[in-house]
Amino acid sequence: MSEQEVKNLEEIFEARIARDEKIEPKDWMPEKYRKTHIRQISQHAHSEIIGMLPEGNWITRAPSLRRKAALLAKVQDEAGHGLYLYSACETLGISREEMYEQLHSGKAKYSSIFNYPTVTWADMGAIGWLVDGAAIINQVPLCNTSFGPYARAMVRVCKEESFHQRQGYEIMLTLCNGTDEQKEMAQDALNRWWWPSLMMLGPTDAESVHTEQSMKWKLKRKSNDELRQQFIDQTVPQADILGLTIPDPDMKFNEETGHYDFGEIDWDEFWQVVKGHGPCNKERMKARVDAWENGEWVRDAAMAHAEKKANKKVAKAS
Amino acid sequence: MKKDLYNYILGIADNSLILAQRLGELCGHGPSLETDIAITNISLDLLGQTRSYYQYAAKLAGEDKTEDDIAFLRIERDYKNVLLVEQPNTHFGHVMARQFLFDVYHLMLMEQLQNSKDETLVAIAKKGIKEVSYHKRFSSDWVKRLGDGTEESKEKMQEAINAMWRFTDELFDVMEADKAMIEEGIAVDVSKMKETYYEKVSEILEEATLEVPERKYFTRGGKKGVHTEHMGYLLADLQYMQRTYPNMTW
Repeated sequence: MSEQEVKNLEEIFEARIARDEKIEPKDWMPEKYRKTHIRQISQHAHSEIIGMLPEGNWITRAPSLRRKAALLAKVQDEAGHGLYLYSACETLGISREEMYEQLHSGKAKYSSIFNYPTVTWADMGAIGWLVDGAAIINQVPLCNTSFGPYARAMVRVCKEESFHQRQGYEIMLTLCNGTDEQKEMAQDALNRWWWPSLMMLGPTDAESVHTEQSMKWKLKRKSNDELRQQFIDQTVPQADILGLTIPDPDMKFNEETGHYDFGEIDWDEFWQVVKGHGPCNKERMKARVDAWENGEWVRDAAMAHAEKKANKKVAKAS
Repeated sequence: MKKDLYNYILGIADNSLILAQRLGELCGHGPSLETDIAITNISLDLLGQTRSYYQYAAKLAGEDKTEDDIAFLRIERDYKNVLLVEQPNTHFGHVMARQFLFDVYHLMLMEQLQNSKDETLVAIAKKGIKEVSYHKRFSSDWVKRLGDGTEESKEKMQEAINAMWRFTDELFDVMEADKAMIEEGIAVDVSKMKETYYEKVSEILEEATLEVPERKYFTRGGKKGVHTEHMGYLLADLQYMQRTYPNMTW
């Protein structure tokens, strides 16, 4: 293809996105669009899969049968999200094995929030309320993103996430209506998850490298800082209802702007965790690599068995 | 309170609870995303059944007893699950061997329980039967895949079946409380299921090109509350919150 032809295709492509048309896997797309989407969708899928671990940590210790069932179902939903996000990503010409390989080698990233430990039951509430809350803010705009399979996957993901968030908030509410010990447990969880949740919405706009291009492709509709503000404005009143204190002495409603002002985020901590040195990065990665390696003989057996079966069929037919 | 009925229900329900707990440990660690989801599903089904049984038992017990009291606040000797379901998740072969050997029994039990004179048990069985037949299909398929897969998988699957085999005979023990319930037409006489069970299991093992172990040495005790050493650790996890923070609402 000549340079001019590519340029023409690119113009048609950009015009389609501007008209809010969906791009489908078989359509022509610029290489950069394909790569950016592989990066983001696989990162999203990995986050779902790694995200199963901190919550999975409490399945065996959930305090009631109802909570145990709800938690199991929630973690299973995350596996489901991972599954259809991997599938959406595969339509761009990368296999699930390749994506796993990128995750296990550290080449692909996942949401840094999952590198924090879940140390009490209240963390199940805080994760649902804050982490899923922040995730929804990030993800709702993606239901209208330009790449069809991603947009459609996100519609389903968002529905389930908002259910998870309500469930998490309800765990917090139960704790806050409980004994002093339970309230203390809830406050402690909020203290530990608040700042990492704010970091989840990404580096400040000045530091964000992908924003401009992503806006153009509708992979992003609002900047990280706008999303963060939206999250804070939505969450502070919810904390008030719970009777919990946001662990930020600078948090204050600003009558002029109509938004909450908040304190400085510790970006050194953020980058430390992103670069692999958070409290649980090594453990999370080990759990995934172990699962994959210990499962190899099982996957091999399934392949071998399927082949034997197919051969038997062929032998019968001939 | 109908003590015999209460005990009979717990005898069935404890199997589902303890197996659900074991399967719950695997969530997020499966050999593939698809098996992970399927195993969590089975755990959820079993947990759902457990809750129906315990809610019924709690009603019989009265005195504001709840499903959680029954699930979390007994001493080890009072759990009446069979030894098979408490065995650890040593590797995926063990998980599938345990599941398969339980599922074949469980499905037969559910089929028979549909004829019980107790309406609540019939309702639970009718709902459970669909779930359990899926479980049995899933675990049988994996036993066949792993048995007739690669050399390594065959070896591992055989080792797992051999390891779990000694716990199967206990499934068919009839306890004192069960006898009265069988006479009343409420309980299933599981001792009568034994031969058919071993026929069904053998058929699938043969299809999986695995050897059917000898029916010679068996270990029992769970139904009397005498468990293997694994049980205490399982309960330590299960009961942790309720024991550490007693009398709270979650």
